[in-house]
Amino acid sequence: MTGLEPFHLDYAPAPESTDVVHLRASYGLFIDGRFAPARSGDVFTTLNPATEEPLASVAEAGDADVDAAVAAARRAFDGWAARPGRERSKLLYRVARQLQERAREFAVLETMDGGKPIKESRDVDVPLAAAHFFHYAGWADKLEYAFPGRTAAPLGVAAQVIPWNFPLLMAAWKIAPALATGNTVVLKPAETTPLTALLFAEVLAEADLPPGVVNIVTGGPAAGAALVAHPGVDKVAFTGSTEVGKQIQRSIAGTGKALSLELGGKAANIVFEDAALDQAVEGVVNGIYFNQGHVCCAGSRLLVQESIAALLLEKLKDRLSTLRVGDPLDKNTDLGAINSRAQLDKITELVAAGVDEGGELYQPPCELPARGYWFPPTILTGVTQSHRVAREEIFGPVLSVLTFRTADEAVAKANNTRYGLSAGVWTDKGSKILWMASRLKAGVVWANTYNRFDPASPFGGFKESGFGREGGIHGLASYVQLGAAGGG
Amino acid sequence: MDEPTTRLGVRKTYKLFIGGEFPRSESGRSYSVDGVWAAQASRKDLRDAVRVGRNAADGWAARTAYNRGQILYRVAEVLEGRRGQFADEGAAPAEVDAAIDRWVWYAGWADKIAQVAGTVNPVAGPFFDFTVPEPVGVVGIVAPEAPPLLGLVSRLAPALVAGNAVVVVASEASPRAAVTLAEVLATSDVPAGVVAVLTGRKAELLPWLAAHRDVDTVDLTGAPPDAVAALEAAAADSVKRVVRAADPLAESPYEILAFLEMKTVWHPIGR
Repeated sequence: MTGLEPFHLDYAPAPESTDVVHLRASYGLFIDGRFAPARSGDVFTTLNPATEEPLASVAEAGDADVDAAVAAARRAFDGWAARPGRERSKLLYRVARQLQERAREFAVLETMDGGKPIKESRDVDVPLAAAHFFHYAGWADKLEYAFPGRTAAPLGVAAQVIPWNFPLLMAAWKIAPALATGNTVVLKPAETTPLTALLFAEVLAEADLPPGVVNIVTGGPAAGAALVAHPGVDKVAFTGSTEVGKQIQRSIAGTGKALSLELGGKAANIVFEDAALDQAVEGVVNGIYFNQGHVCCAGSRLLVQESIAALLLEKLKDRLSTLRVGDPLDKNTDLGAINSRAQLDKITELVAAGVDEGGELYQPPCELPARGYWFPPTILTGVTQSHRVAREEIFGPVLSVLTFRTADEAVAKANNTRYGLSAGVWTDKGSKILWMASRLKAGVVWANTYNRFDPASPFGGFKESGFGREGGIHGLASYVQLGAAGGG
Repeated sequence: MDEPTTRLGVRKTYKLFIGGEFPRSESGRSYSVDGVWAAQASRKDLRDAVRVGRNAADGWAARTAYNRGQILYRVAEVLEGRRGQFADEGAAPAEVDAAIDRWVWYAGWADKIAQVAGTVNPVAGPFFDFTVPEPVGVVGIVAPEAPPLLGLVSRLAPALVAGNAVVVVASEASPRAAVTLAEVLATSDVPAGVVAVLTGRKAELLPWLAAHRDVDTVDLTGAPPDAVAALEAAAADSVKRVVRAADPLAESPYEILAFLEMKTVWHPIGR
């Protein structure tokens, strides 16, 4: 050979042990503090998407099960709402602590069931879930200070339907503020990722949360629709696709049910020529490839200023070649498995459409495992605003690249979408950051950073990305009805 | 005492208010109501109002809060001078006074609501993280049927002080107060297009208002109760925010919050 071969660094496997997880062969519904099979006896199988091996069989809730869960939540409501805030607070602190105690078990199970890299479930999902309970535990006995001049009463029974991309974390985002404000809950986890929610039911029981305060019904879209439509439900909270969000909003029209929606996104990550380029490259990579791009706020449209487009792309492609795709349980893995066959098909179809419409495809050479659902980190250049890959949420590791010349053009392109969840801005000029931030129609703007989350930081969308906020004092508002303080 | 009246009065035509102008309905229709003929707006008038509102929204939102507060205070000043006219047109004098006082109260919120509703968020990391309220954009308001002036002011003022452009569908049975309020707005430095006032049949107009994709929030407080379910369903097509005030005459900063979006901004802290 020439002696000028590129330096090649192999990583030895560093697998996380699965010993900490004790899978059961089958899991029941969690209703009124007890696990029970579906009344119909129906079950479905949840897979490990990295191996396609079945992990467990899980009860498929039918209408009668949803009915029982809502009834249990209704029975538990009066007692829970009347409980002193200080007691609700202490119970939620217990939950937070117990999540921390069993953090590794949750992280490994999350990675097995959903396919996300262990370093993400270990360092992001589970710690943030615990932090969310810790944050809202402290609100439960301070609600009179959150709504000056008003009393804040719970709404009643909250139906909460959550997605598969951050299964435990989304359960925490939903359950913690609902319980802090005195509501009771029926949670429907996603069909492909039910296991951490069911493990979490154990934590709730260990914390001595009264039976019926949180109920968990597993199943597919039919179970979710039955729950949302149930007349005993006072509040619906949904995180998922804009398409399903619209169906839900339509289906509960005129019922008086309160609604909060956290839906899709097509965020622009905008890089100006005066940005710190190497930091921006890291931010762009984190923005779109974090959690395989299964992120509603993913920075899926890179808007790069024309003067630095070639340089930035070169650096980006270089960085992509160092990303490690493969076994999610390996502590070195950057991109894990695609969550399901259906999602892999959708990503594949949209990327093919991107190429058909004139986008130029780049994927670094990488060896994908023989079994499981995989998609390499992907860049599409030469994308225009009318291309499907610039308009539709792909929900995969696919970055569409567009360019701009002026800040005004960047704002116009960034806002040219029906979504409005998030945006990124990269520049070293402070006044430009604030100028951009005030003009971007997005609920979250990350400047010189991306994909940051915190229980104290309100998160949620503009436009068709939904309404209502999760996190912080603003997250309480979705779960209370306000009344006149002091009896007038 | 009174001398015999020899002067013939000049009667007023009750027209629409769109883009700072007072057109008749493009449909050429009017309806007899409240002792006068009022313009009967069409679906196309509504679309024109929304289009003009969308174009005016960013400019209104970009005004400083101080400037918006001054303009809205000016509205109250001009309202004060029209007290007699509102009374002549069917609003009780006490209602007129309450409406003017309410307008002054809301005008003062322009530069205060962000301090009440905004936050600096103590996140667990080296970031400066803050949340600020921003106008949602274009708001469609279905005014309560009664009282015609105070009901409209109670819904319009919070949406306007929040920095939104507003398309109003006036009380169908008592539209005169809304038309005269439009004349006040037209002479109070409220930029053209920021408020549009449509009179006509709610049953005809509301489905288009609720479904229009350039309306970000629709306030159904004044919608007929039996129409609400269908209007809410129509609003879902664009994930529209739907507001239904528990009390149509409420006076509260929480009414302003219903017309605001929260935006969170993160930036690293470092050397």
